[in-house]
Amino acid sequence: MRPSRWSAIPWAYLGSRLGTCVLTILIAATLVWLIPRLSPIDPAEAMLGRMAASAGFVEDADATLAVLRAQYGLDQPLVTQYLLYLGSLARFDFGISVASFPTPVSQLIAAALPWTLGLMLVSIILSFVIGNAAGAFLAWDKTPRAAKLALSSGMIFTSVPPILSGLLLMWLFATQLDWLPLSGSYGVDVTPGLNWEFIFSVVKHGMLPTLSIVIVSFGFWALGMRGLVTTVQSEDYVRLANVKGLGPRYILYRYMVRNAILPQVTAFALKIGLLVSGQILVESIFSYNGMGKLLYDAILDKDFAVIQGASYIVILMTAVSVLIVDLIYPLIDPRIRPARGAP
Amino acid sequence: MMAGLAQSPWLNRKLVSGAGILAAILLFGLFGRFFWDTDLVFIGSAPVNLPPLGFENMRGQLSAAGHPLGTQSDGRDMLALMIVGAPNTLLIGAIASVIGITIGTVLGFSAGFIGGWVDAVIRVISDVMITIPPLLVLIVFQTSLGEIGIFTMGLLLSTFMWQSPTRLIRAQVLAMREQGYVRMARLSGASTRDIMFRELMPNLLPYLFGSFIAIATTAIVTAVGLEVLGLGPQRVPTLGRVIYESIESAALLKNMWWWWGIPTLMLATIFIGLLLINLGLDQVSNPRLRKV
Repeated sequence: MRPSRWSAIPWAYLGSRLGTCVLTILIAATLVWLIPRLSPIDPAEAMLGRMAASAGFVEDADATLAVLRAQYGLDQPLVTQYLLYLGSLARFDFGISVASFPTPVSQLIAAALPWTLGLMLVSIILSFVIGNAAGAFLAWDKTPRAAKLALSSGMIFTSVPPILSGLLLMWLFATQLDWLPLSGSYGVDVTPGLNWEFIFSVVKHGMLPTLSIVIVSFGFWALGMRGLVTTVQSEDYVRLANVKGLGPRYILYRYMVRNAILPQVTAFALKIGLLVSGQILVESIFSYNGMGKLLYDAILDKDFAVIQGASYIVILMTAVSVLIVDLIYPLIDPRIRPARGAP
Repeated sequence: MMAGLAQSPWLNRKLVSGAGILAAILLFGLFGRFFWDTDLVFIGSAPVNLPPLGFENMRGQLSAAGHPLGTQSDGRDMLALMIVGAPNTLLIGAIASVIGITIGTVLGFSAGFIGGWVDAVIRVISDVMITIPPLLVLIVFQTSLGEIGIFTMGLLLSTFMWQSPTRLIRAQVLAMREQGYVRMARLSGASTRDIMFRELMPNLLPYLFGSFIAIATTAIVTAVGLEVLGLGPQRVPTLGRVIYESIESAALLKNMWWWWGIPTLMLATIFIGLLLINLGLDQVSNPRLRKV
């Protein structure tokens, strides 16, 4: 690549975004490590209690406790423990699940993560596209009144968490109408793999979780887009385009939506955390095989290694998604490319 | 819109109806206990699995006059659970957002007004903390902490509620401090405190309220999420806790829709109320939106 291409890349911007992302992950990792250490519950004693509960009694409890402590690294000084922990995080080693002993936590996460990412991608894209289209039509002066009314009444559920819409949709479509499956991410009668039965089953099982997320989150984008298009509508260049006799639909798309989409992408970066949390909860009520179900089961089982590992991975996922949005941003907004020679 | 209402932007239809909805829920929670026996929230204080008035449960039992919203499978009265649970849910949100907005205002003002390294530090910390989803950290927190009360829950949530007000207020202060009237005040020798409270604060009010409602929504959403996972306060009823218990007892399969449905509707109403208030406040701070 020619050097002039390289100088067009906003290095300072990229550096600060990357720094924020790394700092976020580090702080989250530290919190996940620190919090359980502030609590009165000793993981070694908890483990011993679990052994005692399943075996009836534990011989030589003190010796076992010492071994467990050593295993968890609890006999080391705190600083050593912390550094060892950071090292194991970098290797994605979260220890071993207690509830599904002796499966490593990372293996459980690896099995759950694709489901969560898939559901997230589909529901985010759908709500972003539907929401922005709805918002643009709401603000557009050529939209029929009836359509506006229908759109705005659908937006009343914005800010209702998806877990509530999930419950209602589950009840309606799975128990009352019996159109769609109640829970799980694919049927018990299909074999996972690249066959049509499996794919069909996955789509069918994914419909309700996706719908419960989209139905409550498209309104957020619609509200933003409506406000932006309303503002842009009275700009001079839009008036000029009208006077020039350009088609109203062309103006809506090329002149208004294109300009209004930038702040929407910025809002997106701030919204990801809430979207991810909402989806985790939806997965847990639908027993969808993703991170949400993994966390829910781990909470019921008091499986601390899984809780910490899964929480860390979800936070990591959020931070990386925000970074990706931040990195896309300069591509669609030429203004963010730094002015050369500016202080 | 009526002519009288149109005069003050604070009295717009959305703001008033949103506030009305929240006030109704609050009154229901505050005064309901004087008209209804709240001891019926205890396990075994009522017959089990009764449907609401006018419905029939799967065993063909009709509702009892003493339990108009039905009962759940531990023998707790739904109406009593709602009367006790709804204010608890709102209280958690209120504690978290009052603390959050207070910290956010102080930090946002300091960052915007003092500038320099204070601004840099506050900006980096709030940028970083705003990316971390509170639900996940609080799941770790509560699973290791064990049983907590309403106030602790609000306090825990508040650690994630100051970031967005900080950013918002910092940005607004930065934008306003260079405006004519603030410069004028500074030139005429007004003290920093005077400028902050006399000049900036009144203009910031709609933003402050908007930010307050936004973080209250986030706090309640997160609290309900934790409660539905079985975390959060466990000895006192909250709306999320009622939903958790209904899921645990497979109320969906038993077709006991009132058990999860009533708290779900109640929460949805709260969120619709909060949304309407927020939309109304948008109209106060952004006059362009008033036409639509």
